[in-house]
Amino acid sequence: MIGGLIALKIEPTLMKQLGHGRRTVLVTGTNGKSTTTRMTAAALETIDSVVTQADGANMDAGIVAALATDLQAPLAAIEVDELHTPHVADALEPRAIVLLNLSRDQLDRVGEINMIERKLREGLKRHPDAVIVANCDDVLVTSAAYDNPNVVWVAAGAGWANDSVSCPRTGEPIVREGDHWYSTGGDFARPKPDWWVDDENLYGPNGLVLPLKLTLPGRANRGNAAQAVAAAVALGAAPAKAAAAASVVEEVAGRYKTVQVGPHSVHMLLAKNPAGWQEALSMIDPTVDGLVIAGNGQVPDGEDLSWLWDVRFEHFEGVQVVASGERGTDLGVRLTYAGVEHTLVADPLKAIASCPPGRVEVLANYTAFRDLNTAISKGAAHV
Amino acid sequence: MSDSTVRIGLVLPDVMGTYGDGGNALVLRQRLRMRGHDAEIVEIGLSDPVPESLDLYTLGGAEDFAQRLATRHLLRYPGLQKAAGRGAPVLAICAAIQVLGHWYETSAGERVDGVGLLDVTTSPQQTRSIGEIVTRPIVPGLTQPLTGFENHRGGTTLGPDAAGLGRVERGDGNGVGDGLEGAVQGSVIGTYLHGPVLARNPELADHLLARALGVDSLPPLDLPEVEKLRRERLRV
Repeated sequence: MIGGLIALKIEPTLMKQLGHGRRTVLVTGTNGKSTTTRMTAAALETIDSVVTQADGANMDAGIVAALATDLQAPLAAIEVDELHTPHVADALEPRAIVLLNLSRDQLDRVGEINMIERKLREGLKRHPDAVIVANCDDVLVTSAAYDNPNVVWVAAGAGWANDSVSCPRTGEPIVREGDHWYSTGGDFARPKPDWWVDDENLYGPNGLVLPLKLTLPGRANRGNAAQAVAAAVALGAAPAKAAAAASVVEEVAGRYKTVQVGPHSVHMLLAKNPAGWQEALSMIDPTVDGLVIAGNGQVPDGEDLSWLWDVRFEHFEGVQVVASGERGTDLGVRLTYAGVEHTLVADPLKAIASCPPGRVEVLANYTAFRDLNTAISKGAAHV
Repeated sequence: MSDSTVRIGLVLPDVMGTYGDGGNALVLRQRLRMRGHDAEIVEIGLSDPVPESLDLYTLGGAEDFAQRLATRHLLRYPGLQKAAGRGAPVLAICAAIQVLGHWYETSAGERVDGVGLLDVTTSPQQTRSIGEIVTRPIVPGLTQPLTGFENHRGGTTLGPDAAGLGRVERGDGNGVGDGLEGAVQGSVIGTYLHGPVLARNPELADHLLARALGVDSLPPLDLPEVEKLRRERLRV
């Protein structure tokens, strides 16, 4: 990535050059970018060789570094930060752009979500030929894609509706009726999906029904898979092959992996914002022996952790819950007022060690996850 | 629900709920329950009229569009104004200060009439105020420093009928050069502090609860984690 940064300084049009002649899929949105990019790359591999990020570095330098790893691959699956999407799309001229979801992230850093939607909408307008693979369950994503002529709509689910009570186009209320939603301020409503999922299958155009059994947990990942498959199909993949390839993705940069740490089998979940935390909490196995919830408040995490209060913390009866991380006290206070019994152990490794032997789920935000991953790798090297 | 149940109005969490401020209502309810009171949160959404009969009210922050919807709703269903008129405590966070004022100017430069419960007006500052904030309260009954996280573009000017909640020791506060943070008028307390503010400042939570219950003070609660959080945040 440093290499990418230096290369861009020397040659600012490098991204455009590296993208030239490739058929590229961009993936953006608040949550699920890395996972969906991995699934998209897997699905595209059924057509030809693919270049993609290994590490989730989704700004200019990371994208250039990824593209440079294989100059021959005719296909690319590239994860892009939401605010970088317009100029990256201008440089790479993608065949397809996947829009997953938009919800508030680190508000103290990146600004308000309606501004992000408007910038994406303006950026997409410059790419009328690209296939926009957009989640029609997400009001803000739908608004960003709505004016483009070439949209494939995927009902990928809306886990977090709190940020779209008002219409991003008129400011009037959005009304929800079951899965459907519409704006009371004008001609803006949920489009009919071309693809959708349920607990068993993936459904697509022309009556397509494919069984979909993912290795990754959670309802959100079924939506991610649907969008990855729809994008690969837009580039010419056979649907059944694409779905099968997306289904076997099992670990994304350490996320979802299970590692043995002493007497504990540790399952690692990463979540960065309220929507991601709510989704991850729904993936927690209630029969687990311990649950470590770790939060930091460094710049990449967002220094304002107020949003923890927008997450519903379930009652984990019979599970030992440990609040942890540099901002473990914030989490502890949140759990106290949620009525969840817990202990407070700031160091995540020690927090894991404090759990009864057996299976431990760890839910952590960005730098807490990263640092714990590093600490576990170092520890493993000593074994 | 018995007659003695304390009912906490969480006003328009669907539009005024951007920064975890719904946690204030949760803190109020739990601090009542921990002391053996019956307490409930009544969520008042955009499709509900605002009742005037509740014991206290909280409102949270919002983005521009949502702020406008909230203002319109509160003017159409003036239950909050009636409740404040009879002395029910109201806690207004961030954009809610602006909504409860005489008017606020949007980032696009448009002036929107507010509810008029607070003698304040708000216009955009040059730059956004973002970061940890500490203030020294100047309201009778509050002695402990207030800690929170501010994140707002609006700068709020107090008129003669409104007083500040605290004097800024660290951070920007109201952002108009008078060194004040927040707005207090009658039973209405407005503040730019997120965190949520009542999770970090139990004295302010109990101040509101005592007024809602019509008592001078409440028995203390022993919550060491809350005290630890205060120490950590005040040290930053």
